[in-house]
Amino acid sequence: MGISRRQFLQGGALAGAALALSGKPGEASVDAPDLRTKGLKVTTTICPFCSVGCGLIVHTKDGKVVNTEGDPQHPINQGALCPKGGALFQIANNEHRLQKVKYRAPGSDKWEEKSWDWALDRIAQRMKETRDKTFKKTELNKKDKKEYVVNRTDGMAFFGGAGLDNEECYLWSKFGRAMGVGQLEHQARL
Amino acid sequence: MTNHWIDLKNSDAILAIGCNPAENHPISFKWIEEAMDKGATLISVDPRFTRTSSKSNIYAQIRPGTDIAFLGGLMNYALQNNLIHEEYVREYTNATFIVGEQFDFEDGMFCSFDDQEKTYDLKSWAYATGGDGKPMRDMSMKNPKCVYQLMKKHYKRYDVDTVCAITGTKKEDYLKVAKAFCSTGRSDKAGTILYAMGITQSTHGSQNVRAVALLQMLLGNIGIAGGGVNALRGESNVQGSTDYGLLFHTLPGYLKSPEFDNVDLKSYNEKWTPTTKDPKSANWWGNTPKYTVSLLKAWYGDNATAENDFCYDYLPKRMGNYSFVKVMEKMGRGELDGLVCMGMNPAAGGPDSNSSREALGKLKWLVTVDLWETETSIFWKRPGVNPKDIQTEVFMLPAASSIEKEGSISNSGRWAQWRYAAIHPVGDARSDLHIIDEFYKRVKSLYVKQGGAFPEPITKLAWSYGNGHEPDVHLVAKEINGYFTKDMTIVDKDKTLEFKKGDQVPMFKYLQADGSTVCGCWIYSGSYTKEGNQMARRDASDPTGLGLFSKWSWCWPVNRRVLYNRASVNPAGAPFNTKRPIIAWDSLEKKWKGDVPDGPWPPMKDDKEGKYPFIMLPEGHGRLYALDMKDGPFPEHYEPVESPARNLLSKVQSNPVVKVPKNVSSDTGRFPYIGTTYRVTEHWQTGAMTRSLPWLVELVPDMFVELSVSLAKEKGIKQGDQVKVTTERGSIQARALVTSRLKPFNVQGKMIEQVGMPWHFGYAGLATGDSGNVLTPTVGCANTGIPEYKAFLCNIEKGGKAA
Repeated sequence: MGISRRQFLQGGALAGAALALSGKPGEASVDAPDLRTKGLKVTTTICPFCSVGCGLIVHTKDGKVVNTEGDPQHPINQGALCPKGGALFQIANNEHRLQKVKYRAPGSDKWEEKSWDWALDRIAQRMKETRDKTFKKTELNKKDKKEYVVNRTDGMAFFGGAGLDNEECYLWSKFGRAMGVGQLEHQARL
Repeated sequence: MTNHWIDLKNSDAILAIGCNPAENHPISFKWIEEAMDKGATLISVDPRFTRTSSKSNIYAQIRPGTDIAFLGGLMNYALQNNLIHEEYVREYTNATFIVGEQFDFEDGMFCSFDDQEKTYDLKSWAYATGGDGKPMRDMSMKNPKCVYQLMKKHYKRYDVDTVCAITGTKKEDYLKVAKAFCSTGRSDKAGTILYAMGITQSTHGSQNVRAVALLQMLLGNIGIAGGGVNALRGESNVQGSTDYGLLFHTLPGYLKSPEFDNVDLKSYNEKWTPTTKDPKSANWWGNTPKYTVSLLKAWYGDNATAENDFCYDYLPKRMGNYSFVKVMEKMGRGELDGLVCMGMNPAAGGPDSNSSREALGKLKWLVTVDLWETETSIFWKRPGVNPKDIQTEVFMLPAASSIEKEGSISNSGRWAQWRYAAIHPVGDARSDLHIIDEFYKRVKSLYVKQGGAFPEPITKLAWSYGNGHEPDVHLVAKEINGYFTKDMTIVDKDKTLEFKKGDQVPMFKYLQADGSTVCGCWIYSGSYTKEGNQMARRDASDPTGLGLFSKWSWCWPVNRRVLYNRASVNPAGAPFNTKRPIIAWDSLEKKWKGDVPDGPWPPMKDDKEGKYPFIMLPEGHGRLYALDMKDGPFPEHYEPVESPARNLLSKVQSNPVVKVPKNVSSDTGRFPYIGTTYRVTEHWQTGAMTRSLPWLVELVPDMFVELSVSLAKEKGIKQGDQVKVTTERGSIQARALVTSRLKPFNVQGKMIEQVGMPWHFGYAGLATGDSGNVLTPTVGCANTGIPEYKAFLCNIEKGGKAA
């Protein structure tokens, strides 16, 4: 039959019926949607860009994303996507993605590759040093000239993240406040 | 959003002001167009003729920063022409409330202003109360001190001619908008207002939002299908990140972060738990102690007991303002040692980016967690600086993308939707959940070993999310939903409910203030119950046909799809609009049908149990007149801080409560044009997530500056020329995009040109360009501090370095 994807879509039910009747799907163009993704692992997701919350389906093979497209069952977008949502594929398949932990020493002009363990230990050390050094047990209120217990870490700020999942936001808030961070802010303020 | 995306199809009139959904929320247009196919009118009010404008029935041009004048004029039009929904206004808003004798407004100023501190005494705006302790009301709304009369008087000044002289809108266009939108004051019509950063990014941004809400209340458009006050939020989970308290002044679930003088849990609860003497008011925030204690139990577990105030002492107490701009100013003064950015890019996303980039160099250490390099993570090698001069230690951690991890995000319509890991994170990337878990475990281990400043808030934190390499996201989600800490018997009306220790809480009405429940974020209670993960539901049934999709994902609060829906019915519980009833009271079965109602009580008219519909306010009535806004009970028009115009409504030029920094200028000799920022479909925010995707880069490869045909002619600028734009903060270079989408404004008889630009670019990533935010001012909203990105003064010149 050799129909293109475009003709297949235009033909709609007729093309589908022809396929069913011929009983030889192998003769159809390989880019017919149902064949293209046959046998692949399917997961659903929600677009990471704007806040409409469109659904997508992600097809993977051997641990690689091979296709992403709008989720036709999703009630908001019914399969449709904008250019950004349509580019989700390139987030997973992208040579510019950060894949290693990088470190830039003070005054250095380059990144150095480091292990997670090294970086996380050093970050934890920095967080603790800053907290210990700048922790404010009490603070004077200029209006009533009284000291109040504030238990706050003033030398450190945590920013982000409107791109995090809810569960991540929750732990970020929990960890931040436990660290005494008052300066907890993110994109909603901008 | 009070409503949700699909609900747009139920509107008769859609007013898009300060937003451009066709460009920035493209799929929402599916539902806008569905409404239009059924005869709805789309109105686009924007400084530019946008993609939304091109699809609209009515377009009205508005000068940036003059939204209150525009919306105030619509309120006046509705009030003067008797187009308001009178029953709704009388029964459900505070129009009938009498204001205390002290209240006054004169020539742009409300009463009780402290000129030194630049603050109002909010107490002077209080309601007059009767002997029973309840606010006094006049149901006839004729008392000159009732809110309705005060409001009518306030907005009488906003006549069409004055408004159009301020906003630069053509009078015939303005009248078309007024007629079309105010026609939704009828009970069988629904009007929705959509807004985004065009409304919020202003020195009177919160009052802009209030002006939207006021108009909607006058027209009876809140709580109904096809109505609402609908903020089109910018990021995929900025709704969720706000819900979870990632702002200096909040804790999860919009609880307030404690202030210094909330010295113990008792005083915290007293300060933040509103009370009412009116039995008809649900006063939902009266439950604050239950939510606060359940949160403390989620954070400090068995360590949190009634005897130790549930570890309230461990929470940091704020004194002052730590909003983004203030933190950056402090950083710029060298008063911060460290900063962690989880997917945030202050070097391009904040105002006055040059100052932000300078400030980052004053840090001792910086941690960034991203998918790509950002302007923030490589600030130390940005163009024009010598890395040797920057002593900041920088850690750049690779994060997993949204399809490489599992969890939920909440869209603008408050739907929390679950996502799945399709693949493992690329390379050595890790989920933010994993990274935060590691931060905590390693810091805790240091405190356990070495001690330090007040270690208990860290060492006693309840943090147990499984034994695997990665924290178990389901355990986090279950803690957020909440569970019982002991066996409980709860009598709920005629039912007796038995719960075992460890059972998931079915919904927040079962949360307790005595430590017997844990709940990480009360508004999400009900999202992960005994029945499983409600956020993962995929039942696309829609029995009402109104597009509620109540079994698809889960929506906070308690899966209610339209907020304040008790205002969609009359006091007897019958829908105002019988064609699109969002809820209705079945008097035989004695229950509500339709959407999850705003509380189970019978209709307001029921003498014993009826409640007012605006359940989050102690008086139960929507506030046409606010009691807690720093800059006045009614939105009042002031000019943006940088403006080419004189305020025509009063002698007060700009918001009197806003302190003006030094780096702004209204010198129209140097900066004769109005500058504004915006976004395009093909890029997102600072571009960190899009400028490294080749398909999107191909579509929009370059930074550009948009100007009108007339300004281009005057300046001798042609399409694609290099141009330089300058403000008091700095200058950028980009390609010129000359279009007829931009037109000059008529500002008090003089034509003033505008210059527009996206803020998507920077020096990191595959496609680079100058950042729009180098130009924008740090001055922000009186109530929230959101910067005035949308209205500033600039100059444009041909030239600059070649591409």
